[in-house]
Amino acid sequence: MSAAGRFLRGDPGAGRVVPRGARAAVSVGFLAGVMAFFAVLALALALAAGRLAENWSGELARDATLQIFAPKDQVEAQARAALNVLRTTPGILSVRVVTLDEQKALLEPWLGPGFAVETLPLPLLIAVTTDRAELNEESLALRLGAEAPGAVFDNHAAWRLPLVTTAERLRLFALVCLGLTALALAAVVGLAAQAAVAANGQVIQTLRLIGARDSYISHAFTRRFTLRALGGAVIGTAAGLALLAALPQASEQGFFLVGIGLQGWHWALPVLVPLIAGLVAWAVTRFATRASLRRWS
Amino acid sequence: MIEFEQAGFSYGDHAILRDMSLTLAPGSFQFLVGPSGAGKTTFLRLCYLDLAATTGEVRHFGRSIAPSERDAIADLRRRVGVVHQDCQFLDHLPISENIALPLTVNGIDPREREEDLRALLQWVDLTARVDAAPPLLSGGERQRAAVARAVILSPDVILADEPTGNLDWDMAQRVLTLLVELNRMGKTVLIATHDLNLIRAAKARVQARVLRIAQGRVQLAGADL
Repeated sequence: MSAAGRFLRGDPGAGRVVPRGARAAVSVGFLAGVMAFFAVLALALALAAGRLAENWSGELARDATLQIFAPKDQVEAQARAALNVLRTTPGILSVRVVTLDEQKALLEPWLGPGFAVETLPLPLLIAVTTDRAELNEESLALRLGAEAPGAVFDNHAAWRLPLVTTAERLRLFALVCLGLTALALAAVVGLAAQAAVAANGQVIQTLRLIGARDSYISHAFTRRFTLRALGGAVIGTAAGLALLAALPQASEQGFFLVGIGLQGWHWALPVLVPLIAGLVAWAVTRFATRASLRRWS
Repeated sequence: MIEFEQAGFSYGDHAILRDMSLTLAPGSFQFLVGPSGAGKTTFLRLCYLDLAATTGEVRHFGRSIAPSERDAIADLRRRVGVVHQDCQFLDHLPISENIALPLTVNGIDPREREEDLRALLQWVDLTARVDAAPPLLSGGERQRAAVARAVILSPDVILADEPTGNLDWDMAQRVLTLLVELNRMGKTVLIATHDLNLIRAAKARVQARVLRIAQGRVQLAGADL
């Protein structure tokens, strides 16, 4: 049996020497649950922010648009010229004229379904897919200026880059939250373990009197606290996952901010939360009880 | 077994015990007497290394153990059984588990020693009370249980601190009988007490030495006992 298996199975006798009702141990279970809940949410936030940053700096970074602002009688000619320029420019992978219906669909979330989009002076819109490494935007701008003066090429950098930065900061923030949650759990478990050792002075004195080694006493307390933290963290994680499962999915709403839930294999990651909580509780309780026992010597 | 060589103990500047040179020989039966506060409990604590001598040396089974040697002290306590006046049980466990605790902390499954445990419970006459929690036992039952716990690992030395202090005379006799029987099995027994009747009763049944603590020194008591 592995060391972890032996630890979890435990010594049936040692498991009973720490009083079951020890308040500190109960508090550890509750707090570990709350922290695991927040950790799952922070993890989901970090993963969602990561997805957003990846999308905005990857797939979306390839997209650009070209708009034709010209008098009505010149729009078609300039559009043809612009398409011709685009098709003959290295680094332009595809071009496609966006239809009026597509423009309506794009504007609908902001203007409402009943709005008569036709009444707006909408420019002719061309969707462009680029290979940024190959595309020379300066040269393209010069050529468009000569062939289609009403054409405005937009690589979306003006709004996309701040969003990428925001998403990356959001991911960092979520990771810091995760780290702080782990630290807070460690601090709480450590203090609770020290309090439990202090509150169970009589138990420890009795165990020492009959020849228990400090490692035995420490193991008994460590196991109790680790299992409480693990149990609490499992419940907290389950609650966090239930909340995430209840959130509307990004695909249902078509808006990035509601895509905070987990996707695909990311659903497996929260399993790590109780395991890490258990490991943190084990390490901290072991250290705290041994330090307390040394001080008592 | 336990040897004191010019050993003493002080709390800060206040010397409780000083210049003690004596040996608790194997198989001996000894009483430790003295007024309250004379240092009887301190002497016992030096014997089971709950305290370390501040001067001189105390050797246990031929070895001087430093306070920092926690494992060595734990091992020593498996060879030295202690019966406290207040017994010191884990109140959340039934008395049978309390008695078996020294086995448990040694990694021995009490179920493997069930017959020994049953015999021990019979010996201290607690068979009917195995499932009772310690707070529900009478003073005499608690003391007998403490004796049982102290001897379950068959230690070489039994130390008892006022083991009959809270008991009536009949119950005190029963506890004394247990300790005398242990001495007859070859165990070294040291009892700290101020009960002179108990000492007289013991002397009628076993060859006992009486040590008196006075003014911080341990000396052999006179014929008045």
